[in-house]
Amino acid sequence: MKIKSVPAELTTDQGSTSTLDSARSRESARIGDPDSLFWRIVRPIGMAALFLTLWGLAVRWSGSDLFPTPGNVARGIVELIQKGLLLKYIVASVFRVSWGFALAVLVGVPLGLVLGWYSRAFQALNPFIQILRPISPIAWIPVAILWFGVSDAAPIFLIFLASVFPITVATIAAVQNMQLVYLRAAQNFGLSTGELFRQVILRACLPQIITGIRIALGVAWLVVVAAEMIAVNSGLGYLIIDARNAGKRYDLVVAGMVMIGLIGLILDLLVRQLEKFDEVRWGYVGRRK
Amino acid sequence: MKDATVSIRNLSMRFPGKRAGDEIAVLQNVNADVSRGELVCIVGPSGCGKSTLLNIVAGFLRATSGEVTVEGQPVHYPDPRRIFVFQENGVFPWLNVYENVGFGLRQKTDNERQQIIARYIDMVGLGGFETAYPHELSGGMRQRVEIARALAANPDIIYMDEPFGALDFLTRLKMRTDLVRIWQSEKKTILFVTHDIEEAVQVADRVLIMTARPATIQDVVDVDLPRPRHLDSPGYLEKRDRIFQLMGMSLRVGETAAA
Repeated sequence: MKIKSVPAELTTDQGSTSTLDSARSRESARIGDPDSLFWRIVRPIGMAALFLTLWGLAVRWSGSDLFPTPGNVARGIVELIQKGLLLKYIVASVFRVSWGFALAVLVGVPLGLVLGWYSRAFQALNPFIQILRPISPIAWIPVAILWFGVSDAAPIFLIFLASVFPITVATIAAVQNMQLVYLRAAQNFGLSTGELFRQVILRACLPQIITGIRIALGVAWLVVVAAEMIAVNSGLGYLIIDARNAGKRYDLVVAGMVMIGLIGLILDLLVRQLEKFDEVRWGYVGRRK
Repeated sequence: MKDATVSIRNLSMRFPGKRAGDEIAVLQNVNADVSRGELVCIVGPSGCGKSTLLNIVAGFLRATSGEVTVEGQPVHYPDPRRIFVFQENGVFPWLNVYENVGFGLRQKTDNERQQIIARYIDMVGLGGFETAYPHELSGGMRQRVEIARALAANPDIIYMDEPFGALDFLTRLKMRTDLVRIWQSEKKTILFVTHDIEEAVQVADRVLIMTARPATIQDVVDVDLPRPRHLDSPGYLEKRDRIFQLMGMSLRVGETAAA
């Protein structure tokens, strides 16, 4: 058997960080440690409890009979569950966001790669994109109704519009700022244009594209409410408008808001998982957290 | 002298400045030859255009005038038969060690690819790190990955642009030893740019010395010393001092050069 010589520089950072991590986790078992798991859970829950208490007290002191207390909202949520509406509305909203957002990714990423790479295409299309980008999706509502009528296609179109620009712009920037050394290495190995896009440009830009996707998903979810206020009869946005119009049920309005916030949180947590893949983790190394 | 494989003829390079007439002349009338199987180092003061020269030779940049030929064929584009090893971060961070080393082996069958990758990972001493990603490795290990990637593609020539420049002193010493060992077993032609005179004398068959900008080849020093070379041998010290002097530098810190 051959004896392998181990290079001197093999003893590096990896070993030292893992010992540090295990030391930290041993320490965090103690309740007295402000960074322990106990405190990391108690802190946000305590803050939420304080907020809910203040909210409840504020409603009571103001004597408002329209604005709901946290208890009213909780009962509103239970009522929606019992009527089978909550799940139905959530599914409707998530369905629209999924379609609009998926279309935005399918259009935005390839478009961004091409515009980032071919500077003449960028010259031609960039002003157009920059003019369309600041137009709020809400301004498109009349147009969406004109084009798509009273169907799911109208809100899906609005969500697509809202999320396609952040993805495209992030992808363009990623390609334009790509490290020259990756490109030269790729050229050196004789890659065809197709291979260059798939194996190098896309892969080099993926961390920044994912950041763009994260922002876009946030925007998409933000817009679904506005989109559902038009011409549809389901979804969390519809719930809010309907509850307000049909009997000033502000408990249900706030219940809808709470659900939108919670689902937004879940969506962001899901997209963050993308950042943990080995293929992109390198792009986030050296961040403070 | 043996037949030249790389020929650099009357090469000049000027970069356009901000205004017309503001041109920066980087290279002026550079002539050099590299023979097959030779390990040639280019040394010169920092900023003199050594890297620019290597980038032109590799086909990444076009010279303003003059010509580079390899085996008689003019070079206009990079070519997989001539692989470039970059100073830093030339490995693809989204591929692990195994995938990086196999990058130039797309045309091979799975079986062949596996064997070649294993052979070169072993040669550069990275066995056991196949599934590690570059950001998990030290700078020296990343350069090893890049050297293995270059070798695995089985090029005729390897161009190296200060490949150990970003490494610490001890790692650099070890890398030089390994480079010479690999070069001796693989019989590749290597053109190696460095600002480190000692590095050049330790590894090269010949050292090309460049002047400050606009740079040209000022001198060529044959380093006809047996390998392995000892850093304290009289022959080594003599060559090193000779190059120091040719570059107009004093061996004593604080003293003005005599040349």
